[in-house]
Amino acid sequence: MRVSRRAQLSLRTLALAYLFVLLIIPLGIILYRTFEHGASAVIDSVTTPAAVSAFWLTIEIVTIAVVLNTVFGVLLAIALVRSRVRGKSIIQVLVDLPFAVSPVVVGVSLLLVYGNAGWFGTWLAEHGIKVIFSVPGMVLATIFVTVPFVVREVEPVLREIGTEQEEAAATLGASRWQTFWRITLPAIRWGLAYGVILTIARALGEYGGVSLVSQSKPGESQTLTLLVKSRYDNLDEAGAYAAATLLMVIAVVALIIMTVLDRKKSNV
Amino acid sequence: MSDPVTTEPTGGDAAPTEITGDTSLIADAGSHAIVVTGLNKHYGDYHALRDVDITIPNGSLTALLGPSGSGKSTLLRAIAGLEVPDEGTVVIGGEDVTFIPPQRREIGFVFQHYAAFKHMNVRDNVGFGPSIRKQPKSEIRERVDELLEIVGLAGYQERYPSQLSGGQRQRMALARALAVQPKVLLLDEPFGALDAKVREDLRAWLRRLQAETGVTTVLVTHDQEEALDVADHIAVLNAGAIEQWGTPREVYETPANEFVMTFLGPTATLEGKLVRPHDLVLSLEQIEDAVPVTVVRVVHLGFEVRVELEDRDGNQLSAQTTRGEAARLDLDVGQAVFVRTGHPPFPVDAPA
Repeated sequence: MRVSRRAQLSLRTLALAYLFVLLIIPLGIILYRTFEHGASAVIDSVTTPAAVSAFWLTIEIVTIAVVLNTVFGVLLAIALVRSRVRGKSIIQVLVDLPFAVSPVVVGVSLLLVYGNAGWFGTWLAEHGIKVIFSVPGMVLATIFVTVPFVVREVEPVLREIGTEQEEAAATLGASRWQTFWRITLPAIRWGLAYGVILTIARALGEYGGVSLVSQSKPGESQTLTLLVKSRYDNLDEAGAYAAATLLMVIAVVALIIMTVLDRKKSNV
Repeated sequence: MSDPVTTEPTGGDAAPTEITGDTSLIADAGSHAIVVTGLNKHYGDYHALRDVDITIPNGSLTALLGPSGSGKSTLLRAIAGLEVPDEGTVVIGGEDVTFIPPQRREIGFVFQHYAAFKHMNVRDNVGFGPSIRKQPKSEIRERVDELLEIVGLAGYQERYPSQLSGGQRQRMALARALAVQPKVLLLDEPFGALDAKVREDLRAWLRRLQAETGVTTVLVTHDQEEALDVADHIAVLNAGAIEQWGTPREVYETPANEFVMTFLGPTATLEGKLVRPHDLVLSLEQIEDAVPVTVVRVVHLGFEVRVELEDRDGNQLSAQTTRGEAARLDLDVGQAVFVRTGHPPFPVDAPA
């Protein structure tokens, strides 16, 4: 008993030490460095035209990626769990592909497909559509790297709830659409919420793919993550820390909003 | 199963002994027969239903009885529209519903594992059907309260399914199915996941409710005792086909074949004939047709006594007798006695 308790304690200490060294210290130092010279310097640094533009571009890209990946992620999860389509194993592999492929490779492949010398490059240029070095390319790169999260979080929940509740709703007269909104969606909402949070976090942090398809012009085509990097490269360390802190704030706010929404829903 | 319940409004775990509330509100009272003709269903190579024909009379309580894999649940789900048959037709109340989805069949369906809507409280669970039908909120409220009264869950409106016991969840599921005033009530092993005592109470309660409302009810079970107890008609299924259809007494006393005989109760083999253990008569003297046997074991099971015997060829069989009869015979292990059947035996080799 005493031995196992000691083992438990040392395990806990080890886990905490690991988290402390790898997460708390770096994040703490960023926060410390950010506010080293006072809050007004931080506010100035995150309200420059370049920072404001980066903030809104980030929100735009994350919003599009979250909405599309939520809709298609839930559809894909339902297709994988509920239907008996052929080629399911291929879909499974494809969904996991973004985990396996480096984001830089994603960026390169987007260049190959949509770039000036790419497959659709000429056609797109003729029709005046700009994908590469423009917002659509950055959205595509972000969507690519965040595809798995909603699917992978919703799929096991769907499997676990089974089909009985949906069948019961059908015998009570509910159409497929009504069953989805009133039975399936509330039942998967925990998995979905977690998938959305992971998608937001990953989309906020996307660098490799986006950096290849963006010109990274301050005030124009920079996301906050790109801004952090460019400020750091330009020896504006304080500015880089401030932008990094803003990124963290966005992530935390998203987490809080999702938690509050979920609590409200479950109280209905 | 028995989640802690903080307060007990009414009812409790056991089903109510009396039917309270206005049962005339429940169902579109029993004038809807179910006629199934030539039903076939395959799952890949597996033949789940083979040319099933069955007519379930108006207002009856029919049990579909069979071992697992006999097709009884598939048949029920085909009646409900949850499975689409490969061939055959399903008619409910004179209307061919074979190609009509479950939403428009006007049925009530109860699942073995309750299928409670976990994120809704009892009120919203029971009111789900009426709310889909866009009935006014005040009407739904009233109706839900009445139904909960009938199933003995008055006062549980605000509870969530996780706060109910298994028996309570199944009564909620029944109320939910009845809330849409179904033409027929279909129950898929409704008591299968419950404790023996709760099962028995709920069974008796269902029988009373069905008798009062007269709604045509079909119940799937693998428990022959449950079928004999609750149903007025029994269809015995095996390997996707109906082996026999009749009243409980008919299927028990005049089984159509060996399968029905063995599935409906314990059997013993006496001189190559299948008999019920309670039809075996023991005597100390040799009488006409009696077979000499040796007593192997005497087991006292309360009112009844089971006497395990062995014949001259070493075949084991048991006879069931009463406590009084056992006392009169005063049997000892190793004693030689004579056994004969008091009821016409079922010939093992007879064609089905």
